[in-house]
Amino acid sequence: MIINYVGVKEINGSLVVIDGVKGVSFEEIVELQLDNGTKRQGRVVQIDGERIVVQVFEGARALSLNNTKTTLTGKPMEMPLAPEIMGRVLNGAGKPIDGMGDIFPVTKRNINGTPINPVSRIYPRNYINTGISSIDTLMTLIRGQKLPIFSGSGMKHNELAVQIVRQAKISGADSSNFGIVFAAMGVQNDVAQYFKKSFEESGVMDRVVMLLNLSNDPIIERMLTPKCALTVAEYLAFELDMHILVIMTDMTSYAEALREFSSSKGEIPGRKGYPGYLYSDLASMYERAGMIKGSSGSVTQIPILTMPNDDITHPVPDLTGYITEGQIVLDRMLQSQGIYPPVNVLPSLSRLMKDGIGEGYTREDHQGLANQLFASYARVIDARSLASVIGEEELSPIDKKYIEFGRKFENTFVNQGNCENRTIEQSLDLGWKLLSTLPKSELDRVDDKLLDKYYVENEE
Amino acid sequence: MNNNCIYGINGPVVTIKGATDFSMMEMVYVGDEKLVGEIIGINSDFTTVQVYEDTTGLKPGDPIVGTGAPMNVLLGPGILNNIFDGIERPLSEIEKTDGAFISRGSQVSALDTEKLWDVTLTVKVGDTLNGGEIYATLPETDIITHKCMVPPLLSGKVTYVAKSGSYKLFDTIVKLEDENGTVHELSLCQKWPIRTPRPVKERLTASIPLITGQRVIDTLFPISKGGTAAIPGGFGTGKTMTQHQLAKWCDADIIVYVGCGERGNEMSQVLQEFSELIDPKHDCPMTYRTTLIANTSNMPVAAREASIYTGITLAEYYRDMGYNVAIMADSTSRWAEALREISGRLEEMPAEEGFPAYLPSRLSEFYERGCRAKVLCGKEGSVTIIGAVSPQGSDFSEPVTQNTKRFTRCFWALDKSLAYARHYPAINWMDSYSEYFSDLDPWFEENLGEEFLEYRKQISALLAEESRLMEIVKLIGADVLPDDQKLVIETAKVIRVGFLQQNAFHKDDTFVPLEKQKLMMKTILHLHKKAKHITNAAIPISRVLETGLFEKLTKIKYDIPNNRLDMFDEYIKEIDEKISQITF
Repeated sequence: MIINYVGVKEINGSLVVIDGVKGVSFEEIVELQLDNGTKRQGRVVQIDGERIVVQVFEGARALSLNNTKTTLTGKPMEMPLAPEIMGRVLNGAGKPIDGMGDIFPVTKRNINGTPINPVSRIYPRNYINTGISSIDTLMTLIRGQKLPIFSGSGMKHNELAVQIVRQAKISGADSSNFGIVFAAMGVQNDVAQYFKKSFEESGVMDRVVMLLNLSNDPIIERMLTPKCALTVAEYLAFELDMHILVIMTDMTSYAEALREFSSSKGEIPGRKGYPGYLYSDLASMYERAGMIKGSSGSVTQIPILTMPNDDITHPVPDLTGYITEGQIVLDRMLQSQGIYPPVNVLPSLSRLMKDGIGEGYTREDHQGLANQLFASYARVIDARSLASVIGEEELSPIDKKYIEFGRKFENTFVNQGNCENRTIEQSLDLGWKLLSTLPKSELDRVDDKLLDKYYVENEE
Repeated sequence: MNNNCIYGINGPVVTIKGATDFSMMEMVYVGDEKLVGEIIGINSDFTTVQVYEDTTGLKPGDPIVGTGAPMNVLLGPGILNNIFDGIERPLSEIEKTDGAFISRGSQVSALDTEKLWDVTLTVKVGDTLNGGEIYATLPETDIITHKCMVPPLLSGKVTYVAKSGSYKLFDTIVKLEDENGTVHELSLCQKWPIRTPRPVKERLTASIPLITGQRVIDTLFPISKGGTAAIPGGFGTGKTMTQHQLAKWCDADIIVYVGCGERGNEMSQVLQEFSELIDPKHDCPMTYRTTLIANTSNMPVAAREASIYTGITLAEYYRDMGYNVAIMADSTSRWAEALREISGRLEEMPAEEGFPAYLPSRLSEFYERGCRAKVLCGKEGSVTIIGAVSPQGSDFSEPVTQNTKRFTRCFWALDKSLAYARHYPAINWMDSYSEYFSDLDPWFEENLGEEFLEYRKQISALLAEESRLMEIVKLIGADVLPDDQKLVIETAKVIRVGFLQQNAFHKDDTFVPLEKQKLMMKTILHLHKKAKHITNAAIPISRVLETGLFEKLTKIKYDIPNNRLDMFDEYIKEIDEKISQITF
């Protein structure tokens, strides 16, 4: 028997309180029908006896205390899934908006997912060649990894993400079953268009699922977007054995939506007003990346987040960094020098890199070279800060060499064209060429044997 | 008892209306799926339950059943070489029943109940046994003998003893009659509430070091067996890497590794690495002496809170058999955040940064469970706690780091700038400290000789001197320093790169015996001393640098294998020769 509950008790932001509800379950989806016939969906977020709190996805606009009828659906939020979902454009809550009709579900999944048993995980080792020197050499992306891009407003994170998508797809033997799930949360229309256009231009649109929650869409829907996207990704990866790259932009908007929801629910705020469970909430999404036994597919995540005021200690990048397996940090200074991609290599890191590179994967000297480039570049920064006090002229000869190395490193190694696709060998050789700026005795991070093999004396 | 049902639900917190007969901290089953929960608050109107699993789909009116006992874990053979979640459910068994994703309400026994163990009984009828005394032994893995002990609070006379042979986990092998005449049946296992420390006879002083083979720790900031240490560091500074190194190489008998709110891929790496890695001391896989508790960040938050206690209870159980146990908790910040999250759901008054006011007392309760002690069966055992802390925004002044600092005696501060320069382990030698020097010095003196302490003192002094000089160098450059100060900087560089920095992926460098550590210090200091004579004689330091000795010593860690310590003499000889050529 379906019961309609007429009217609501209280409206607060996008939360409504309904009284006298029986037989409701936690996280259940409810349908609200307004007197004018429009339907909205909501989710039960709190139960106190017969008083329930419902979060309305489309917002509470035009609701009044007595113009709605509420129906319980008896089910938690589920996402209809089918192989035909490839190439479709959905809204933030997973409903098609490309005018091609509903998805005829082969299966339905709870969007919250269930945690992967750590025992069933396969430790990711297969590296993804992105064709970008700084990433491939110094923070290698691994299949099944979650590697966020920490950026700021106005920086070229979107270009970088597109370039990764364009160049990464051709690597490996399984390139035919490579797919992209793109989740936009609170991004401007232009940005969504940019991604769409780029996907079309590189001819991958039929292998992309787009979920769009634009900046003027309801924030409650935004809270569902990444979860829906990951449900799609898990289905494609673990049921259909595809390699899925999930790009989520912008996680900061997601976290802000969560904060808005939390404060209207009257919860006790934690750091900067974000709810205390922000870490668990972010983790429940990021941890859905990986590879599992019994399936040859993988879910790789590249979340993009804009750091408010470029502050890496802001709760969103901070907590993200604690969950994800490394980070790619973009730097405004580099960007203003015209360097693209403006990757600041020192704070950037890939935690899974060490087991996916070296002999058998990339090249034997990869790890040593990467360590040496990091260490030498760190010295460059020291030398520069010294130079800013005493002037470059006064530096010791070796510090001058470092300054020169730093300049070359940024301009030729980090800097590369938007369409330039470098192979891993090219990138590694370029790294060695740069190191020849420095005397051999300065290179203490590389094993002597490798050093003898790869170090090239400076021609000058 | 059977009329208790759900009234309200808010995330992992469920309330029951009206007075109930539950007791505080009692373990309960919630709903039809029997989700595990714990009573965390009682008043005359409401009883509050914290549920260890996802609460989606629970309804008001669903039953809540009590178990009559506090949250406890099953202790017995089969804990080692196994992996559990935060409330001791075996993850590999769950995989068999549920597949790759963990579903809710899994009812799997923590330990294998069907496996036959080869038990040797060590008591006879008529013996008097006290709590903690051993009545049977069995080989749990190739290297660890499991000892079945009388539960700590029980004692009495043995009235029945089974013959030695093969038994299952719950088979009765001994019967014990206590002073009231009640007969207790003892099997291979026992239960213990996770939030109560297991009793010991007497706490002992922390006078034996835990040898880790990591130079910066063993030499500069040693930890004792039964000690407590904190490893704070922002993300990417190598907390987990350091914990892995310690788990792999430290000389404890048993390792309990708690992955509390950490990454899933990291846990699968631990699983894989530890099973592939051969323990050099016993020539068998590392997992034979390890148990893992994995509660990754996406698994339920309440179980994350419990995982730390589950881990320490398992550790204490093996300590009671007379083993030296080391527990790695990665990371205690995630645990503190779980406390904060639940406290928020309970609408408690927050203290600093939203953490509950009882955070310090909970932290101290946990760290106080680490000790070296004479255990109830008369042997000596220890639990060493090494907790990672992930400070928000790498800011060490935040409450978890600050409070942890108060309750631990070793502080290995990981430094972002060192990590950026890929200096690992990125333990900052100026900010870190160990309070165990005075306890451990006699041991070092006895086993490595007085000179070890002297070398350590000199090394620390050089590093401190360097850090002072670097302040000046930053302002005016290194060129203007007098030669003796330049020498300090050069030697300190050798110490930093050649000694403190350690390569976990190099076969000889990943673990370094104390003897080699000592000889390395000796050689470096020898060069320093000789070079100082040169500078004192007003010969420019560049002459010494030209010899290439400094570079050579930097690579000493790779060039001298751990089993060829005699090679150090050649180095000393070479230093003497080359330096003497300069002088004359």
